[in-house]
Amino acid sequence: MADILFYITAAFTVFCAFGVVFNRNTVNAALCLLLSLMGVAVLFALLNAYLLAVLLVLVYAGAVVALFLFIVMLLDTQGGHNRPFKIISLVASFGGLTLLLCGVSAIVTRGQLTAHGAPAVSAPVGSVLKSYAELLFTTYLLPVEIMGFLLLIAMLGVIVLCKKFEGLEDVK
Amino acid sequence: MIAGLNAYIALSALLFAIGFFGVLLRKNTLVIYMCLELMLVASTLALVAFSRFNGTMDGNVFVFFILTVAAAEVAVGLAIIVALFRRRQTVQVDELDSLKH
Repeated sequence: MADILFYITAAFTVFCAFGVVFNRNTVNAALCLLLSLMGVAVLFALLNAYLLAVLLVLVYAGAVVALFLFIVMLLDTQGGHNRPFKIISLVASFGGLTLLLCGVSAIVTRGQLTAHGAPAVSAPVGSVLKSYAELLFTTYLLPVEIMGFLLLIAMLGVIVLCKKFEGLEDVK
Repeated sequence: MIAGLNAYIALSALLFAIGFFGVLLRKNTLVIYMCLELMLVASTLALVAFSRFNGTMDGNVFVFFILTVAAAEVAVGLAIIVALFRRRQTVQVDELDSLKH
């Protein structure tokens, strides 16, 4: 049952990811990204990481894609119709895709990913909220603090970036 | 056929490659940024799969941090794109070629 769900979700996620790449309309691309992220969230739930699935939906669907849609609404001045792809860039990007896939598939197919014999499916550690809390407040306490500082810096940076700079000479 | 670790890693690699393809192919800065997000999510999928099949928590906690950084990164990146649009009135990368000449 879980396997069938995995394959269906995987196909859906990949299909929506191709939708992000090939959709001419930027708003449709953002919505395809949303669907693809939903597929990844289902995969997280299949991997017993329920908290991460919920967080992915909250952070990405709630914040990131909404922000993208806002910016598209602000900036997309071409009415959503972009120029068609050039043949040369299509060929070059496909070459890049093939090279990357060859490299990674060599690792995936030949690498000994499950080195410890059978996969340890005994204890679903990722499903318990307590285990996250224990790690976050003991081993990873310093990274949590740094992350809070990073968010503060990011907020200040965004405020500075959104200011209107007067007196700068134009580039072009 | 059991969906084991290799299936998850292969899916993650495929998603990453699709995101890379989009970064190379598209000319709109916003779509390029969406494809970058797709690559980031693909890498988190690999981390969660490794964490699940090895019975440890560290990958999951790492994904936790990645989600935080991704939220901050999107905010800053989109602010940069908006600032760029204010000065140059375009978001197409082939028109942003000041460094080329």
